[in-house]
Amino acid sequence: MREISYMEAVREAIRQAMKEDERVFVIGEDIGVYGGAFGVTAGLVDEFGPERIIDTPISEAGIAGACVGSAVTGMRPIGEIQFSDFVVIAMDQIVMQGAKMRYMFGGKVEVPFVMRLASGSGTGAAAQHSESLENWFVHIPGLKVVMPSSPYDAKGLLLSSIEENNPVMFFEHKLLYKTKGPVPEEMYKIPLGKSHIVREGKHLTIIATSIMVMRAQKAAEELAKEGIEVEIIDPRTLKPLELEPIVNSVIKTGKALIVHEAVKTGGFGGELSASIMESEAFGYLDAPVIRLAGLDCPIPYNRTLEYHTVPQIENIVEEARKLVKGVY
Amino acid sequence: MAKRNKEELIGGEFDTKRAREILEFMVLTRAFEENAEEMFALGKVHGTMHPSVGQEALAGGASTALKKGDYLLNTHRGHGHFLVWGGDLNRMMAEFLGKEAGYCRGRGGSMHIADVESNNLGSQGIVGGNMPLSVGVGLSIKMRKTDQVVLALFGDGSTNEGAFHESLNMASIWNLPVVYFCENNQYGMSMAFNRAFNIDQISTRSVSYGIPGITIDGNDVVEVHKAVREAAERARKGEGPTLIEAVTYRYRGHSKSDRQLYRTRDEVKEAMKKDPIMRFAKLLQIEDKELEDMRLKAKEKIKKAVEFAEACPEPDVATIMEGVYA
Repeated sequence: MREISYMEAVREAIRQAMKEDERVFVIGEDIGVYGGAFGVTAGLVDEFGPERIIDTPISEAGIAGACVGSAVTGMRPIGEIQFSDFVVIAMDQIVMQGAKMRYMFGGKVEVPFVMRLASGSGTGAAAQHSESLENWFVHIPGLKVVMPSSPYDAKGLLLSSIEENNPVMFFEHKLLYKTKGPVPEEMYKIPLGKSHIVREGKHLTIIATSIMVMRAQKAAEELAKEGIEVEIIDPRTLKPLELEPIVNSVIKTGKALIVHEAVKTGGFGGELSASIMESEAFGYLDAPVIRLAGLDCPIPYNRTLEYHTVPQIENIVEEARKLVKGVY
Repeated sequence: MAKRNKEELIGGEFDTKRAREILEFMVLTRAFEENAEEMFALGKVHGTMHPSVGQEALAGGASTALKKGDYLLNTHRGHGHFLVWGGDLNRMMAEFLGKEAGYCRGRGGSMHIADVESNNLGSQGIVGGNMPLSVGVGLSIKMRKTDQVVLALFGDGSTNEGAFHESLNMASIWNLPVVYFCENNQYGMSMAFNRAFNIDQISTRSVSYGIPGITIDGNDVVEVHKAVREAAERARKGEGPTLIEAVTYRYRGHSKSDRQLYRTRDEVKEAMKKDPIMRFAKLLQIEDKELEDMRLKAKEKIKKAVEFAEACPEPDVATIMEGVYA
């Protein structure tokens, strides 16, 4: 199969969805001629014109509101939040309006929009351009939260998200944009709410999201040299979460390590850990469920500090090793 | 043309000595940013930065029109204001290189540099992010009954954020001592002014808040200084906020990764004819040779600052959590 980048996979999903369904359009800052801050929408304005690839003023609340308002009146918008941090300015429209409208109106309205957000650290952009805020949205009934970790998942999950009749927060990791992987040319959909067993193993279950899936895979290769066989599960959609494969894996391995970039306190790891504890896997646990996550700290500018603020491959190796050896 | 009388005020705003200092700041700012671009090209720094090349008259005119003790709320394109406000070049460079000796201990970088000791409350990476802050700082001045003033800086793009509307209205109804200084450099990242606005002048929005609004030539140091000085005087007298729109032009891309597909080279070239440094030098009757000497001196200062910053230690990883809480 041909290989394309994560960014190209996202763009291809948008292009194919727009070709297939004229209700689909994209709205955001600098997405037209500029091609998006990270180049995701490059060329789309030439193909679809400025009426469907809509550049906005710097007005995040307006972008989100335009998504919600057009979604409830028959369109299928894809909004872009240039850096996921800027979603703070759009929160009212997403959380108070978009997420609740269907329920408040007795289920009589559809709110089918996708909000794409460029997320994560590692670019030296400091505290206001590097956050991982996905779990804020997991907390909001009415929203779905998707975090693709590979080009294949990015395309398949985005196509499903566009087809969804609910608001979807679609978190793309900036450092993944240039990573390549096999992606079919035709349209395909990965259903929301399906976890993915990325690697099989018997000693330890690692549940990782977004870029941490890639780092966990590299860590697993290291650990394999020591005879530690790691199973890696990527939930892919944090909400709805498919718990069953995770529970089954933990029953098999007896040990669970959760890895995400977002800060640990109040992060998705807490929710996941509690869910494992509440499940039948509890009786099979040989060790506490461990969370390896970002420090409770804004992302610093300095390159070395930034590196040490979020989990890296060596941290995953170390935590996994400790857990397998019973040191925690 | 006869040489100026030393006593004569330039445009009624400042004497020749001060004017020359301001020009030196403008030249230094450009040298700082040109050096920063080189350092990015050489891979010596990571992240991004937002050059103000071509907009130096804004800092030269505005940040010099305030008094010691006043407050500055800066933008992500704020190297010039930082320097004029009294920023130490060495510590500024150290911050740019992410060093412990930097103004923000290497945590903030170019985009978030602040010098709280001099009431420079730092630059924000969120467009419009400092506008509501201006209300808070203005309110605090009023409650503490001091005669301070806030210089709140923002770009054309941020005036289309909701925060702009809320802030100017609150500052107006409470008569807060804020000078709202809009740096209209024609582009909000790639969004040209005429695509983002259906009005000709942002200053006309002042009507909605019942405050004075004025549009000025942002490449004219004297005009900028005059407008900001007068607005600051009004604010200090308790007459409330003013909205100043200073029209200028951003020579460089939004940030270092901008390919500038949204405008032509000719447009940029045309704008460069109104270069603020050249214009001010001409006004001050500074010969080309003298200006060139000034540039070389600035480059030398930058070189020394880079040497200083490069020799500074990196922050200790063990201190990573310091500063999150008091």
